[in-house]
Amino acid sequence: MEIASVGDSALIVRVRDRFEDAPEETLKEVLDVFRRLENARIPGVIELAPAYTTVAVFFDPVRVINDTVEPNRASECLTQKIREALTRGKRRQRKQAAASAIEIPVCYEPEFALDLDHVADHARISPKEVVDLHSTAHYLVNCLGFTPGFPYLTGLPKKLTIPRRATPRTEIPAGSVAIGGTQTGIYPQVSPGGWNVIGRTPMRLFDAQKDPPVLLRAGDRVRFRAITREEFEALKS
Amino acid sequence: MNLIVTRAGFRTTIQDLGRIGFRQFGVSSGGALDLHALRVANLLTGNDESAAGLEFTQGNIRLRFEDERVISWCGGDYEVWVASHSIPPGHSALVLAEDELSISGPRQGWRGWLAVSGGIAVPPVLGSRSTDLRANFGGLEGRALRDGDELLLGEQSDFARSLIGLLNERPVSSWSSPAEWSSTAKTKPVLRVVRGCDWDRFNPSTHHALTSETFSVSPDSDRMGVRLNGPELHRNDDIDLVSEAVAPGTVQVPPGGRPILLLGDCQTIGGYPKIAHVITVDLSIAAQLRPGDTVRFQEISLPEAHRLLFEREQELERFRIGLSLRNK
Repeated sequence: MEIASVGDSALIVRVRDRFEDAPEETLKEVLDVFRRLENARIPGVIELAPAYTTVAVFFDPVRVINDTVEPNRASECLTQKIREALTRGKRRQRKQAAASAIEIPVCYEPEFALDLDHVADHARISPKEVVDLHSTAHYLVNCLGFTPGFPYLTGLPKKLTIPRRATPRTEIPAGSVAIGGTQTGIYPQVSPGGWNVIGRTPMRLFDAQKDPPVLLRAGDRVRFRAITREEFEALKS
Repeated sequence: MNLIVTRAGFRTTIQDLGRIGFRQFGVSSGGALDLHALRVANLLTGNDESAAGLEFTQGNIRLRFEDERVISWCGGDYEVWVASHSIPPGHSALVLAEDELSISGPRQGWRGWLAVSGGIAVPPVLGSRSTDLRANFGGLEGRALRDGDELLLGEQSDFARSLIGLLNERPVSSWSSPAEWSSTAKTKPVLRVVRGCDWDRFNPSTHHALTSETFSVSPDSDRMGVRLNGPELHRNDDIDLVSEAVAPGTVQVPPGGRPILLLGDCQTIGGYPKIAHVITVDLSIAAQLRPGDTVRFQEISLPEAHRLLFEREQELERFRIGLSLRNK
């Protein structure tokens, strides 16, 4: 496992080199590393964040140096402790077994589906077929990023793969469900964005007042359920 | 008691030392873009160094206070006045009830940080009072300040009260922080960098261009990052990189070849190659880069970056002890 520094206050543990070859296995290994490091409580480590093939370790260099005999070797010492934490003990099982998928209701009505026709044209199928494909597939949350709570999902049917828009929109409404390349995702708040919008969910993906503030986390399984405009309004209120 | 924002200026926000522990959910650390400057200003007002203060991006700011407070500021080359007294950076100053504080400038640099004894008492959100302008939470209603806003100030510490006593004779302190902490705008800024994990994806001539040529700051720079114009930096491979963590200080290079230096409000992950990282100590200088400014980069080793940070931290500790000796 490669450990590389990201500036003077963070490291990256690279669990694998590639993601798309085996998303599920990779994610499992990455989350295992994430949990082991969390349990190791290494002095000076401030926070951990998994993303696709890596786990980032943010640390306070001053605390790491205070904990080290030779100040010049702060990074080496921390790297050593990370390696020890990763070889220690057995592989831990995830506490909450991710058996059932989290269902996200999505309204694919034209009013919300700004790019549905474009995605359909690109795939050479009808808009209804796009909706059917999108709402029957099984997805996995790879990572949260871009904006708070934005989930990147794998599991998109190959037919729906479509490049990002050449010119990103300056404002995509909150709740927009969209496709970018081989992934699908949901914009938790109004933001600029280049993905192709095919629907909208009434669910709130990020709420800063809650702990945890997110609806979905890396490793969660997700399914989309097509809903009508009426259901959208009912669920929203 | 309140602080009344008569004139809010441009993009003035409430910031503290940032939001820690939520990157895994895509929440940036945020906070004052020069954390060290805010810590110093806080210490000079008798606050805990993590108290929330104001980050300002331009002058034309007027504030009114409802009660007596100690203030301090650090950052770019601004002019700060309280009543008829000019307040230099890195000092403690007394503000009386109904006094007006005005900020104008900057002649050089871009941002400044103002600490007020008691701190700005907005409720913490996800463990921080910092304003997240991208996701619109934290600070005051998740937004920049507007004319007419009223900010509740927190309870002042005993040390702040004794500072008020000391400043009664002469409203501006005789003591101050080292100038390099309080006046961070530089005429010819040089940012020290360590190699990024994608350094080897660039060839030696590109490394040389990064560390020897001059870059200029583009107008589309903000709290997320400083966009740079100059020699184009190109990778020697075209492998699709998997998105991974980036951090304040990361210098990433999009396909166009124009590097972006990320700051506190940057996204948590990115898929562009990371050629280098500005060291933590020099983020104070990076936070002063204004559109049109020029900047250069100089490579140092990682142990050197850690040594510089450790030494500054020890100096800050001595400064803190020196200040507390006045509390007698």
